Formats: sequence, structure tokens, C-alpha cells
Amino acid sequence: MSAIQPDQATAAGLAGARRPVRRDPQTIDGTIVGDPSRRPELVLGDRDFHSVTNTICGWIEQKTPPWWIATFAVANALAAMATAAIIYLIITGVGVWGLNNPMSWGWAIVNFVWWVGIGHAGTLISAILCLFKQKWRVSINRFAEAMTIFAVICAGTFPGIHVGRVWMAWMLFPIPNSNLIWPNFRSPLLWDVFAVSTYFTVSLLFWYMGMIPDLATLRDRCMARIKQPVTIGPMWAPHPLPGFVKKATTVTLPLNRIGALVYGVLAMGWRMSSRHWVNYEKAYILLAGVATPLVLSVHTIVSFDFAVSILPGWHTTIFPPYFVAGAVFSGFAMVLTLLIPFRALYPGLRDFVTARTIENMCKIITLTGSMVGFAYISEFFIAWYGGNPFEQGAFVQRAFGQYWWAYWIMMLCNVISPQLFWIKWCRTNLVFIFFISIVVNIGMWFERFVITASLTYDFLPANWAYYSPTVIDIATYVGSLGIFMTLFLLFARFLPMLPISEVKNVMHQAHEHLHPHDDDEDKHMSSLKEGY
Amino acid sequence: MAVIDTHNAREIAPEEPSYYGIMAEFDDIPAIFEAAQKCRDHGFTKWDVYAPVPIHGIDEAMGMKGSKVAFCMGAGALTGLTIAFLMQWWFSAGSKLPGLLDVFSGYEIITHGKPFFAWEQAVPIMFELTVLLSAFATIGGMLALNGLPRWYHPLFKKDRFLRVSDDRLVIAIEAKDPKFDQSETKAFLESVGGNHIELVEE
Repeated sequence: MSAIQPDQATAAGLAGARRPVRRDPQTIDGTIVGDPSRRPELVLGDRDFHSVTNTICGWIEQKTPPWWIATFAVANALAAMATAAIIYLIITGVGVWGLNNPMSWGWAIVNFVWWVGIGHAGTLISAILCLFKQKWRVSINRFAEAMTIFAVICAGTFPGIHVGRVWMAWMLFPIPNSNLIWPNFRSPLLWDVFAVSTYFTVSLLFWYMGMIPDLATLRDRCMARIKQPVTIGPMWAPHPLPGFVKKATTVTLPLNRIGALVYGVLAMGWRMSSRHWVNYEKAYILLAGVATPLVLSVHTIVSFDFAVSILPGWHTTIFPPYFVAGAVFSGFAMVLTLLIPFRALYPGLRDFVTARTIENMCKIITLTGSMVGFAYISEFFIAWYGGNPFEQGAFVQRAFGQYWWAYWIMMLCNVISPQLFWIKWCRTNLVFIFFISIVVNIGMWFERFVITASLTYDFLPANWAYYSPTVIDIATYVGSLGIFMTLFLLFARFLPMLPISEVKNVMHQAHEHLHPHDDDEDKHMSSLKEGY
Repeated sequence: MAVIDTHNAREIAPEEPSYYGIMAEFDDIPAIFEAAQKCRDHGFTKWDVYAPVPIHGIDEAMGMKGSKVAFCMGAGALTGLTIAFLMQWWFSAGSKLPGLLDVFSGYEIITHGKPFFAWEQAVPIMFELTVLLSAFATIGGMLALNGLPRWYHPLFKKDRFLRVSDDRLVIAIEAKDPKFDQSETKAFLESVGGNHIELVEE
């Protein structure tokens, strides 16, 4: 499918973004500064509003890049694999998974918790960092929120298919039915249904609301192109048209009409009115206010699935904070896993996602990674100090039992690896950050596996068993990555990856009227007062 | 030219070209900010500033009252909290009300000898529904207060207006404003620094 149509301005914007990047070992792109009184710029490249619009919209309007088609094909194949595995599961039964009697919650719950956790970074960036006025968040906000939504979709799949009789999954919700039975509201599993579905809905609403002004921008660009027919050459001709192409015709591309219609309907007639902006900004900050406790509650309630049971190794009060920290930890790692390749593939992104932004994310990974590591140690200490022999047994089994390898992979990936970001080289080298972000994701998957594997050594040693996944387990998990990537690539292709109006709002042009008499030297001080 | 409406047998007013208002462009945010203050001081009421970003302090510069979105959210939050509490209590406690459909009667599920209902176990779902309904009410309220969705607007017909969502800044004064007068308002917008002043057809 060809693009909506790149015009001269878009092409110029995209090309302008490909200027040589300044390389400086100390400050990288000029944003890594040691002096805390100096706030680096959030948008680089001397951009004005128009060039920001051109670049961000240009990613959607350009021709579909070949790498996109190739990646999309791979992601689609993986998604198809997951679908096939799920269909096989539905028509056969959960016996196709490696579940056995003590380990009744295998990879399905591991994957569920892992995916939900990944989602947490998006809400943290869009809500909590918004309340803390961390303006660097704007460049990764939309990206991370999209990641949240797609991760929660993947997460929701697993408990949905784990119920066994999928066609009865609606009974999770309090829907009047002919059996006159309601869900058991005392069960943490039901709380989880409410928590995850609320989380998904609120994240989607927040994401959509943030996108309304940007959809209006895309709509207006399509409208402008409908009104001003464009000159295009034969299908094979590159854009912009080289001089030797003679057979240029002037047409209105039908995709502009489709774009104007789709973006137009979604933008709901937003017209950048200041009277609207006032309500919009209020709604945004209020939503950030409710999304903040929400994001903390979701993984808290997910942890109740474990902590409210009376199984040794699960029945601990440390689970809620430890799950939330772990969720943010893995979520930021996933944002970096996606962001670093996208930054290479979309050169213009480097002006918005600066080295400083990435460094900040690394710092959050170190912070939350340290919290997770502290929780691991606390658990062990409390197991010993509490004097409960079952609890002690569970923890000895965890570290030295049949799954000792999983435990030590977890410790290595989650406790040791984030500490490397104390070294400046580590948190400014993109290849290294990318590597660590994948290591952290692996580590967090193993954390959930280690917790779930507590089931394999329950109270009666006669029940103990070894759990290993089947091919279907693996295909569903790997395939869920495909579902995630498919959705993410569609997002990157058709929706604005960066919040255009929010990015403009952190540029100095948006704040000039507040300090009309600033000269260049004062600008720095005024930006400090503003809390950049 | 007077037209006689033969069907209703009455005279209707001569058809005047109807106007939505006048729009003017401004060079940068400081300029439009000052112009907005002057429009406010001039006493206009039906007018608006269109900008690609929310301009800091524009609510005061335009003489707007505070946003009422928070009330929508409060209403949503209370509704969610109440529904969640009543739902859990009613459905868990086996309650029956004469006259209410059977499908809405409760069902007592015996698990672990726990009581059928306690407020503590109801807290997580109460919290979640509070958040869910506040979010819907906030966004719904924001759209309703803004009169959206509204897919048609006279300004959309103006080519220059399409650039507002990119980088242009526009003030539009509606013809409905009591102080509106085509030539005077035009002169006023010119005097406050507006350029590309255009009449907007309905």
C-alpha cells in the first residue's frame, strides 16, 4: 500500500532530518550535560513548529519503507503462529500445554504478568511523569502508551484462553445469565479482571484523547492536499519528481480522501480552539491524576493473584510494591528495546528522543532494578527471619532446587545488569543499552517464571513434579510477540508516533510570550524558572 | 429583493449572504497573546484563539472562566464507586427484591467459609470502577463542554485555517457577537496586528 502522499514540504522535512549528526564523546548530541543547572534542549536541530509537523506527519505520509514491509511480514507470520496455537488449544483443550498437577499455572500466567508489567511503563511515562512535570517525557509518551495498549492486549489473551472453555469467558464479568450465578467477588482473580480491563480501557482513552489534536493535524494535511491537487509522475517515479520525468499529471490522490475521512472522523472535529484547549488540558491532567493510582493498583492486584493464596513463596505482603517496581522496570526496558531500533530507522526521531531522554530512562531502569533487587533480598531475609519452615523450604528450593538456573538467570539479569548504568559509557552507548534492555526483559520473564514455579514444590513432597513447556506453549508465547509487533508496526505506520502538539508545547517558541524581553543569555535562566 | 413564500403566504426577509465571522492571522505567540488581551478588553464574547498548542495563560488573556471538567470527573467517580459497592454487595449476599427480575437476584457462593460480603474485599473493584467511570466522564465531559464531536465548522472551509493545526495562529470573531460589525471588527483586527484578514462564510 502506498503512502497517503508525500508532498514537497514533507519530503523536505524528512530529508532535513537526515543532516549529519554532531558527534561529541562527552555530550553525545549536546544533551548529556553534567552541570545540573543547565537544562539541555528537548527538541534539537533548530526546528520550528512547521518542521516538527512535517517530520512527524512525514513518517505517516511517506512511502511505506521496505524495512517496514519486511518486519511486518515476519511479525504477521509470528502472529499467525500464535493464532494457530490458540485455535489448536481451543479445539483440543488446555492439555496441549505442559501443565501438570502441582504446576497448574504454567507459561500462561507467566506471560500474562510479563505482558501486563511491560505495559506499565507507558502509563508511568504518560501519567506519573506528567504530574512530575518531566517534560522530556513528551518524545516517548505516545510511543510508550501505544506499547502499553498492545502489551495489555497480549496479556489479556493468556488468561482468556487459560480458562479452558473459552466460550464461557464472558462469565468473568457480572453479566445477568440464565443460571442466576454471579462471579465470586471475593476472589483476587476477579479483581484482576476488573483491574486489567479498567487499565486497558483507561489507557486506550488516555492514548486516544492525547491523539485527538494530532489526528486533526493529519486531517488538515489531507484536506489541504485534496484542495490542492498534487503533481505526480508515473508510478515508478521517485518523489520528489526529478526533472526528466515529463509525463507528470495533476491529480487528487484517493488516499488523501480516505485519510481525510478516517483521520477526520477520529479527530471529532477538533479545531485547535483555545477554549477547547483549556478543557483539554484540564482533562489531561485529571486523567493523569487517576491513571497514576491506577497504574500502581493494576500490578498490585495482579500480585494479589499470588499473594492472597496461602502458598509458601507467594503469601507475602512484599508482592504489591515489588510487582509494581518490576513492572516499571520491564516496561522501560521494552520501551528502549523498541525505541532504539526505531530511532535508527526514523532519523528524525533523534531530534526528539535525545541522548538525554535515553539516559533518563536508563536511570529509571537502575532505580526500579535496584528496588526489585532489594525485594528479592528482603524476601529471602523474611523467609529466614519469619521462621516458617515451609517458607524457608520454598526459598531454598527456589535458589537451589530444580529451577535453580531460572533463579540465577533472574538474579543476573535483574539485579546485576541494571547496575551497569551507573557507568556513563553504559547509559550513553545505544548498542549496549539495547542489549541490556533485552537482558532485563528476559530477566523479568524469568522472575515471573520463578514465582509461578513455586507451585511445583507444594506442601507434600509426593506431589512435587517438574514442569516443562510444550511446543504449543512456546509457539503461543513467541507468537504473542508477533501480535505485539504487528500492532506496533501498524501504529507506527498510520498514527503519529510522537505527540505533535505536546512536542511543540515544550519548544521555546511556545513560551516566548511569557518572557518577551529575554535575550539569549537570559533564555537559559527563564527556562529554569519554567521548570524545564 | 423580497421573495414571497407562496406556500406560507408571508413575506420573508431578503436573503443576505450570511457570515460566520472574521478571521485574522498573527505572526507568533506573543503577538496573538497581546491581541487576545485586546479582544477581551474590547468586550468581545463570541470569539476564539486558534493555535497549534495550548498557549500558556491564554484562559486569562481571553477572560475565560475555569474549566468545569473536574465536576464531570467527580460525578463519574461517585457513580463508579456507588455502582461497584452496590453491585458487589447485592450480588454476593443472595439478595432478592420482590418485583425485580430474577436475573438480578444475588447468588451466595460458599468459598472457604468466608462471609458472603465484607467491605474490605469490595475495595479493589470499587477503586477500579471509580477510575473507569471517572476516565469516561472526564473525556466525555471534555468533549461535551467543547461541543464535540462536531465534524463541520465554517472555518474548515478556509484554506489558510488548515495550517492552524500546523503552525499558524488565528483569531476568529463570530458575527453573532453583539459587538460585531463587519467593517469595524475588520479594522479592529488590523489594529491589533492581524494579517490575512478574511471573511468566513457560514
